[in-house]
Amino acid sequence: MLKINNLHVKLEEEDKRILKGVDLEVPAGKVHAIMGPNGSGKSTLSYVLSGRDGYEVTEGDATLDGEELLDMEPEERAAAGLFLAFQYPVEIPGVGNMTFLRTAVNAQRKARGEEEMSAADFLKFVRAKAKDLKIDADMLKRPVNVGFSGGEKKRNEILQMAMLEPKMCILDETDSGLDVDAMKLVSEGVNALRDEGRSFLVITHYQRLLDHIKPDVVHIMAAGRIVKSGGPELALEVENNGYADILAEIDA
Amino acid sequence: MAGVDELIAKEGVEEETVEAVKSLAGAYKYGWETEIEMEYAPKGVNPDIVRLISEKNDEPEWMTEWRLEAFARWEKLEEPSWALLNYPEIDFQDQYYYARPKSMEEKPKSLDEVDPKLLATYEKLGIPLKEQMILAGVEGAEDMPAEGRKVAVDAVFDSVSVGTTFQAELKKAGVIFCSISEAIKEHPELVKKYLGSVVPVSDNYYATLNSAVFSDGSFVYIPPNTRCPMELSTYFRINAENTGQFERTLIIADKGSYVSYLEGCTAPQRDTAQLHAAVVEIIIEEDAEVKYSTVQNWFPGDEEGKGGIYNFVTKRADCRGDRSKVMWTQVETGSAVTWKYPSCILRGAESQGEFYSIAITNNYQQADTGTKMVHLGRDTKSRIVSKGISAGKAQNTYRGLVSMHPKAKNSRNYTQCDSLLIGDKCGAHTVPYIEVKNNSSRVEHEATTSKVDEEQMFYCRQRGMDEEEAVALIVNGFAKEVLQALPMEFAMEAQQLVAISLEGSVG
Ligand SMILES: Nc1ncnc2c1ncn2[C@@H]1O[C@H](COP(=O)(O)OP(=O)(O)O)[C@@H](O)[C@H]1O
Ligand SMILES: [Mg+2]
Repeated sequence: MLKINNLHVKLEEEDKRILKGVDLEVPAGKVHAIMGPNGSGKSTLSYVLSGRDGYEVTEGDATLDGEELLDMEPEERAAAGLFLAFQYPVEIPGVGNMTFLRTAVNAQRKARGEEEMSAADFLKFVRAKAKDLKIDADMLKRPVNVGFSGGEKKRNEILQMAMLEPKMCILDETDSGLDVDAMKLVSEGVNALRDEGRSFLVITHYQRLLDHIKPDVVHIMAAGRIVKSGGPELALEVENNGYADILAEIDA
Repeated sequence: MAGVDELIAKEGVEEETVEAVKSLAGAYKYGWETEIEMEYAPKGVNPDIVRLISEKNDEPEWMTEWRLEAFARWEKLEEPSWALLNYPEIDFQDQYYYARPKSMEEKPKSLDEVDPKLLATYEKLGIPLKEQMILAGVEGAEDMPAEGRKVAVDAVFDSVSVGTTFQAELKKAGVIFCSISEAIKEHPELVKKYLGSVVPVSDNYYATLNSAVFSDGSFVYIPPNTRCPMELSTYFRINAENTGQFERTLIIADKGSYVSYLEGCTAPQRDTAQLHAAVVEIIIEEDAEVKYSTVQNWFPGDEEGKGGIYNFVTKRADCRGDRSKVMWTQVETGSAVTWKYPSCILRGAESQGEFYSIAITNNYQQADTGTKMVHLGRDTKSRIVSKGISAGKAQNTYRGLVSMHPKAKNSRNYTQCDSLLIGDKCGAHTVPYIEVKNNSSRVEHEATTSKVDEEQMFYCRQRGMDEEEAVALIVNGFAKEVLQALPMEFAMEAQQLVAISLEGSVG
């Protein structure tokens, strides 16, 4: 599914190196988690994979099902099945959530040469998905993320993911700022999407999300590299001892 | 030039070149031309031309005199230059002031008799000239029953009205809806009483010229205590080359009446600029209400700024009666140059004026537009919401006057004026004039200027939209408040128009 090979990234505007040789492979149907201290480059990795401006890849590559990701426009990557649940979803005043979703769904269908979804089918689809996430009609009508609480924004990201049915889902700290109930809703939303054809890369600081979304592999990222990989027990270790031990072990 | 649809690969011309031209021209969807035999007045303007236009319209003597007086005045006036507009000098003698399809020489008695070529033109533009229901298909309409709505149309082609639909049904309600040329003949008492009473002949350069040479337009009279049973609309099409369109619209809403009126405009794609100078007068009596919506989509000129319509328009509503109300909504996406300030004279006590505007300029388009709210009566209220969007190398100016006269005690104005820039070669300007001559009135003004946000763009693109779709979505959101003020049929059209006008603005 997703293969990242020796990825080096610096800021476009200044001489600051952020990713320093990331290697990562997420096979189809698997859930991988990335943990790591603040500033280690986790969000940057998700942005570079999804095509945000401002970064320059100086070395390495990344493929999705064999297709070279880094050569594509962001919308082409989306149509190819890459989805990013943002750490900080932006507000788009005046654009109804439903309109946004419908435009996105149809844009991807068009890009893949499929027919647009009819208004009636779309409505049925979105209502069903929204219900699972306890998103009410009002939230569907309100402008995208405007005045949404932290939890509502994150649930809205998962709704978009459910509607777009991507094959590679990257979740950037989707659990941050969520209370226990919201966390449960979000993880249930993610678990409902788990499928042998769909992979997840879950960026998080906390073990508690991984209690709900059971990862196959946990990676630790530090200073722009994956420094250690292991099973779910690695997350527990971080939860109990912090990163210091792991980092010390590597420096040694 | 042949219509874009008919462009075929000539020998020696690359298929690709043809495709490229097609896609460029495709940005403006109404750029084709109707090939039809026309009859023109000689080029230029002088008292003979004024008499000729009057004669063509079969007008009574008083009307001819009125025009000639206007012309005499116009000759002494100078073209204004205060607007933030920059265009080559217009040679007023180097164009036609009257052009009508030959087939309209004998005015058809009904739409069935109208030249099929003209009917086909409106069909291609998507304007219903059959008396049929229109199905609303608008965002948010999912929850509403799909019920049909009727819209009466007056179709104006170059200098003449081709026909007006639903006249019989409207007559039953006492509503008069016809071309102004017809009204001058059939309802001279109303025309005499109201024409020029809101926009005087002497008002400004373009209005004075219009008074002398206007050829057609629409006339509406809503009798007391009548709610007009359907929406009324006029659709203006400029087709002839080197020809100015000078239309005149007069709307009278008698006591306690209500009408919603829509106006649409398009023109073929040409290399040379064309002149359009309209006057719209609205009279609103006690407790009456008029909603006037415009979707202005004249040819904007090409990517290099060649051609396009020069649009100089004077629109004014006179809220004469107490508690009368007017609402102007405009979506200005077309024209190379726009000079337009739909205004409200709030004369009656507790009268209200509202102005909602979206002005989009792309490539080399220039717009200097806004409104005037003149508060004369006590307890009058006005509200201005202006959304200017500039892309390419375009310039967009909001110019607004809010004036509280000494007798306009306890009056209120609220103005919100937002500009959005796409790219860094365009400009937005806000020029508010505020005069308050009593101490119980209040004027509030808010203005913002922003750029299309990179984070919003990336968010949309990550979800699969291409840059143009993303910009169109964000801009539609920015302009939402104004789009919502439009009648449903127009809201849909306007949303699509926003997307079309911004084509090529990113990337
Ligand atoms: N656009 C940017 N401009 C300046 N610094 C940036 C930018 N993006 C990332 N960085 C820097 O790169 C490093 C990694 O950031 P980030 O990827 O957000 O880390 P994480 O998500 O792991 O907390 C940080 O030092 C951050 O300040
Ligand atoms: Mg981060």
